[in-house]
Amino acid sequence: MQPLTNRSKAVLQKEMTFAEKLYLPAIINGMIITFKHMFKKAATIQYPEQKREFSPIYRGHHVLKRDDEGAERCTACGLCAVSCPAEAITMQAAERKEGEEKLYREEKYAATYEINMLRCIFCGLCEDACPKEAIFLTDRLVPTEFERNDFVFGKDKLVEKVDDRVDVTKRQTQNVIDFKQNKKYSHNK
Amino acid sequence: MAKVTIDGVEMEVPDGTTILNAARSVGGDIVPPAMCYYSKLEGSGGKCRTCLVKVSQGSTNDPRPMPKLVPSCRTTVMDGMVVENITSPEVLEARKGVVEFLLINHPLDCPICDQAGECDLQNLGYKHGAAATRYEEERRTYKKIDIGDKIKLHMDRCILCYRCTYVADQVADGDRCHGIINRGDHAEISTYIEKAIDSDFSGNMIDVCPVGALTDKTARFGSRVWFTKPMDAHRDCDNPKCSGKVVVWQKGEDILRVTGRKDAYHEVDEFICNTCRFEKKKASDWVIEGPRHINNKSVISANHYEHLKDIKEDVEKYQRQVASNINKA
Repeated sequence: MQPLTNRSKAVLQKEMTFAEKLYLPAIINGMIITFKHMFKKAATIQYPEQKREFSPIYRGHHVLKRDDEGAERCTACGLCAVSCPAEAITMQAAERKEGEEKLYREEKYAATYEINMLRCIFCGLCEDACPKEAIFLTDRLVPTEFERNDFVFGKDKLVEKVDDRVDVTKRQTQNVIDFKQNKKYSHNK
Repeated sequence: MAKVTIDGVEMEVPDGTTILNAARSVGGDIVPPAMCYYSKLEGSGGKCRTCLVKVSQGSTNDPRPMPKLVPSCRTTVMDGMVVENITSPEVLEARKGVVEFLLINHPLDCPICDQAGECDLQNLGYKHGAAATRYEEERRTYKKIDIGDKIKLHMDRCILCYRCTYVADQVADGDRCHGIINRGDHAEISTYIEKAIDSDFSGNMIDVCPVGALTDKTARFGSRVWFTKPMDAHRDCDNPKCSGKVVVWQKGEDILRVTGRKDAYHEVDEFICNTCRFEKKKASDWVIEGPRHINNKSVISANHYEHLKDIKEDVEKYQRQVASNINKA
């Protein structure tokens, strides 16, 4: 068969020399490399006590944002789910009842919202598709679990807590921030 | 018979045909969009102005152009007429303006609206509109109204095409209790103090509504249209006027919504009765014929698989076409 690249080498099975048969020089060589590394700067860190610096646009654990009044922004429009290449997102919409205006921003809300973190490829298309600035990927890591079912994150793990907000301003460009503060637009009045 | 040329395509149509219907007899890009005209409703058309076209030659006898753009749904053809639709920049500019006006009071709540994905105004906006709004004032708002216990009216979204009132008049028999009150900016669809419409065919106003002003309460917020599978289905309906031929929108085995079968211009082939539309929501009620053909440009076609048989037929048709072209050449 013709080789695909010219990097492949035929395996030689020639007789070893006396020095090679001793093995000791090879072992010492190896040990020198090992001991040298003891005095070098470690490549690893002590996670979780120490954490590496994340890129401001790192795409990790999703968050479903609340607005300034604490109402959920998601309106279950389904654009994240239809844009998701991994089909990881499912949701069920419900109609807001009277008296729930403080809880949900719009007339319709997501009664259930689930992301299967095993399917998710963290591409961020859901964040791009969202017309309500409800879903963001954050620089938090998705925790490890033992059961498959535990990776299906519901609203309890996705919606941010009212008293423990997730900061996503680093992800927004100046254009977006200006758009959100411009008094010309009715959504800022 | 009259010979007309629309966007360079020549056709012969009977006298008295409108430009819009002449264009539809050929189909394709030369067909002007229409928001208020509905071929199955007598008297519809002439209100929304999205179908404006330019008549660059009136007729063979009088070849002068018409002074203004004309609504193609209300203008009849003349022998030797030359019409420009998308080939005229003037028409495209005017249409852009019309879309902007239609959107002045239309709320941008597509993420909430059940019609999103099959909305004529959404398609029109994408095709002919501008990307951003210049409108800064408050939009007019109304309270939501229940028309009967099965239909929800969001007056905010209404573009006053009058189609639903024609349905109430012509399709749904009975006393006329559904119409438009007030005028101009204050005009509003009303049922005379929210009086329920109890005709068997009142549900058709949901199908004819080009926007999400009239929606099915039994399927309200059930699912976005692109997550449901449209399937052709039929049943033996007791109502002699109802054909029982519908599209059921399924999610898994469940039927979330039943609508009429809409053609390429989003007009239903046959009107269906309220029993079929609102009450038959079990798969056992229907004989399912197969997946409905959905244009692959539509968001509804996402994850929608049609019969391989149909695709095979399409491929064979195409092959025959290619073969005949080769033989000709």
